[in-house]
Amino acid sequence: MTEPDPEKLNVAPGTPHDSMVSETISYVAGLGLALVLTGVSFWVASTGTLWGPGVATGLVVLAIAQMGVHLVFFLHITSGPDNTNNVLALAFGVLIVFLVMIGTIWIMAHMNANMGMSPELMNLQMQR
Amino acid sequence: MTAGTEAPALGLTHLGSEDTGLGQRGPQSKSIVVPYGFWLFVLSDMVLFSALFATYASLVHATDGGPTTNQLFHRDLVAVETMALLLSSFVCGLAMITAKRANMVWTQVWLVLTGLLGLVFIGIELYEFSSMIAEGAGPQRSAFLSSFFTLVGCHGAHVTAGLLWLGTMMAQIGAKGFQPHIMRRLLCFSVFWHALDIIWVAIFTIVYLIGTLP
Repeated sequence: MTEPDPEKLNVAPGTPHDSMVSETISYVAGLGLALVLTGVSFWVASTGTLWGPGVATGLVVLAIAQMGVHLVFFLHITSGPDNTNNVLALAFGVLIVFLVMIGTIWIMAHMNANMGMSPELMNLQMQR
Repeated sequence: MTAGTEAPALGLTHLGSEDTGLGQRGPQSKSIVVPYGFWLFVLSDMVLFSALFATYASLVHATDGGPTTNQLFHRDLVAVETMALLLSSFVCGLAMITAKRANMVWTQVWLVLTGLLGLVFIGIELYEFSSMIAEGAGPQRSAFLSSFFTLVGCHGAHVTAGLLWLGTMMAQIGAKGFQPHIMRRLLCFSVFWHALDIIWVAIFTIVYLIGTLP
């Protein structure tokens, strides 16, 4: 059994590819996809043809998709075996980010709803 | 320790077995460990931003009778900011391609462009902040505006720090060439710069686009 090249077992995040062509294609494809997703986001937010209550959710989905594009095409975080460490660290980061954000929004919304404050206090518009 | 027995380098070797499960390679090279450590920093930075996003989402309606998101934000300005930062991120990638091939002229050209686009972004952001403060919508006006300036201002501070780092890297590349330790720093910078663009995607969606929905 030959000793594997240590540099090939793991790869650092953001490391350029070996081939200049595939590298350039990766960045150009990433830029194109990001432009399309950004454009769709601004269009979705401006148009009146879509179902109003669903627009905010749609925008969040588009944003998450664009973050994925940036991660894959700009930061070169892939599902390859040399990327396991990077992906695991990313997965943990995403877990914490979602726990903090969804947990906070969920708890604060329920606190607002359940505190039984007078109508004046319930009106967030009047709070400092 | 008696002479003749060799101490295991990492203290992880099993007695009587050469197979440590770690292979014979020892730790990864610096070109892997350093950017990986920096990747962990970037991820923890994103956790920091998630707390600021959660604060903003909780306080966005607490306007104290003052200006609301719909009255304050201008989508056209944000669109220009978004384009500037996205193109800056892209051009930074081109700089990494040319830097790997040790092409001094093009690396510096792409890095200058990266910096100029970053300056356009930060310039627009400062213009937006100053015009909001001039309208009396400064961070002390309401809880909503405090959280807005904290979140967006923290991102702007990161971009400013990134621009200073970028200038430092251009000087180091110019003075020392494409040595391995310089390349490690440049790689860390590009990871930082791409990560800032990822955070901006969340900001322009959650703060500006959802904030200006009719």
